[in-house]
Amino acid sequence: MKRARRYLLNATGLVVFVLAVFPVFWMASTAFKPNTEIFSTTPRPLPAHPTLEHFDLVLNGGIAEVSFWAYFRNSAVLALVTVVVSSLLALLAATAVARFRFRFRTTFLVMLLVVQMVPLEALVIPLFLDLKKLGMLDSLPGLVLVYIGFAVPFAIWMLRGFVAAVPKELEEAAAIDGAGPIRTFFTVLLPLVAPGLVATSIFSFITAWNEFIFAYTFLDDQGKYTLPIMLQFFFGRSGNAWGPIMAASTLLTIPVIVFFLFVQRRMVSGLTAGAVKG
Amino acid sequence: MLDTAPAVRKPPGRKAAGARIRRRPRLGPYLLIAPTVIVIALLMFWPMVQIGIMSFQKVGNRQLRGEPAEQVGTENFDKILSDPFFWQTFRNTVLFAVVAVTLTMLVGTLVGLLLNKLGKRMSAFVSGGVMIAWATPPVTAAIIFSWLFGTTGGLVNWCLDLLPDALIGGGWADHNWFATPLSTYTVLTVCVVWQSCPFVAVSVLAGLKSVPSELYEAARVDGSGPWRTFWSITYPLLKPIFMVLLVMSVIWDFKVFTQLFIMSGLANRDAFNLSLYAFSEAFGSLNPKLGMGSAIALVLTMILLVVTALYVRVMVRQGETK
Repeated sequence: MKRARRYLLNATGLVVFVLAVFPVFWMASTAFKPNTEIFSTTPRPLPAHPTLEHFDLVLNGGIAEVSFWAYFRNSAVLALVTVVVSSLLALLAATAVARFRFRFRTTFLVMLLVVQMVPLEALVIPLFLDLKKLGMLDSLPGLVLVYIGFAVPFAIWMLRGFVAAVPKELEEAAAIDGAGPIRTFFTVLLPLVAPGLVATSIFSFITAWNEFIFAYTFLDDQGKYTLPIMLQFFFGRSGNAWGPIMAASTLLTIPVIVFFLFVQRRMVSGLTAGAVKG
Repeated sequence: MLDTAPAVRKPPGRKAAGARIRRRPRLGPYLLIAPTVIVIALLMFWPMVQIGIMSFQKVGNRQLRGEPAEQVGTENFDKILSDPFFWQTFRNTVLFAVVAVTLTMLVGTLVGLLLNKLGKRMSAFVSGGVMIAWATPPVTAAIIFSWLFGTTGGLVNWCLDLLPDALIGGGWADHNWFATPLSTYTVLTVCVVWQSCPFVAVSVLAGLKSVPSELYEAARVDGSGPWRTFWSITYPLLKPIFMVLLVMSVIWDFKVFTQLFIMSGLANRDAFNLSLYAFSEAFGSLNPKLGMGSAIALVLTMILLVVTALYVRVMVRQGETK
């Protein structure tokens, strides 16, 4: 009886696994199939004659006037700058929130919560006009600015737990030994919150890497497109070329999945932290 | 969450050092949060205010060329609130949110309960797989589901065509899922639920891990079935988590944009939701109506603000802002 139950549970677990993974699997599988197999009347799960022709088409031009690597570079640069700047801002603010009691501290924390819930889709219109006025509309720096604003609130929320977890005594000991606040920060606090910083960085990276609506609205020049915009553009233009579309999707998705699996546990605790306390 | 900020109890001998450290930085914390406050003020609060201002203005091509905006009073709101099309998009938004949130919470909770029951290795394996769905970028997810539900070569149509006609009717082989709003939203729901229930599942799992197993043992000894155990132990203990998850899902599903934009696009007006409608008014044509778009965006924001207030209340009650 007990064994039967275990068996049933594991079988259900497998079904859930297959359902969850299948769409991504199908994407990758389609990307490796020759066209005859993609549009075959009896689809097979795995490609019978795997081919790299779709990846070749995507990577070596042919899908748009600009090479894939230019889009990749745009996306990577945007994501990296977002990560560096937002991590820095978040580290400063998280230290303030976790280490000091000050007036407006609760106000600041509530503000972070509220801001995370603001529908970004609504902010496209005013930010479009603001950046247009500043002459930063069709530019990556303008876009990076917006992404930093989106990434910082959650990064602080996540990071403050890590800062708070560092025993205060360590900093006090450093202070007694004559280290100033800046030195204490770099030699004591920073090394200890490094894992937390990695986790928040990956989150910020994904935010910038996946972002669609702002990049779509702000960017005009094809040379500045990011990967999601390239994908949407390509999808819209060549509706049924599923092989190359899936190859491009696979290339966009792999880095995110790798990073995500790496960081997911921390993300959940950051999002719903403390909800089950007591 | 660990938070050592409040100076709770201090051994008497350490008082002097503690006081010194606490007194020193008068300006310190404000300097530390200043950059963030500036960024958020400029990139979030000011734009929110602008939406409010612009929703009472006419902002079009002329204003984009630099002319001052024209004040129109409540004209934008009069127009949209009396326009049946607005109410159609409103209905689409609300119906989609209700269905998607219900399914997300239901499926997510069930998967979370399952993950908790599985053995350690199997649980890690399945949650790893579930994570992949969560990690997929929205653009990719929308494109994959467009392909799965595609008219020619789509796997779903192929499967449905294999099933006996008596069950679901025939003619599925070249069924166009994106022809009517209802079936477009069906695909959208599958896509969004697939992506968002992993978050619910993993959060519920994290919550379940914190429930003392003695409670479940006691319930079993007393002869409580799984249904009863869930409602009298799991649910009350995890209620705070369910509240947070519910509020977040409502907010995310209410403003869903990318997936719908990719699947159905700006040409398919009947399938618009509020965010797509606002976007289309503002940017969708050669005659942009940014004021009108702002008015619609303001309606959306106001609705979400009510939900956000609920969320903040829950979080403050749980001591998250301590």
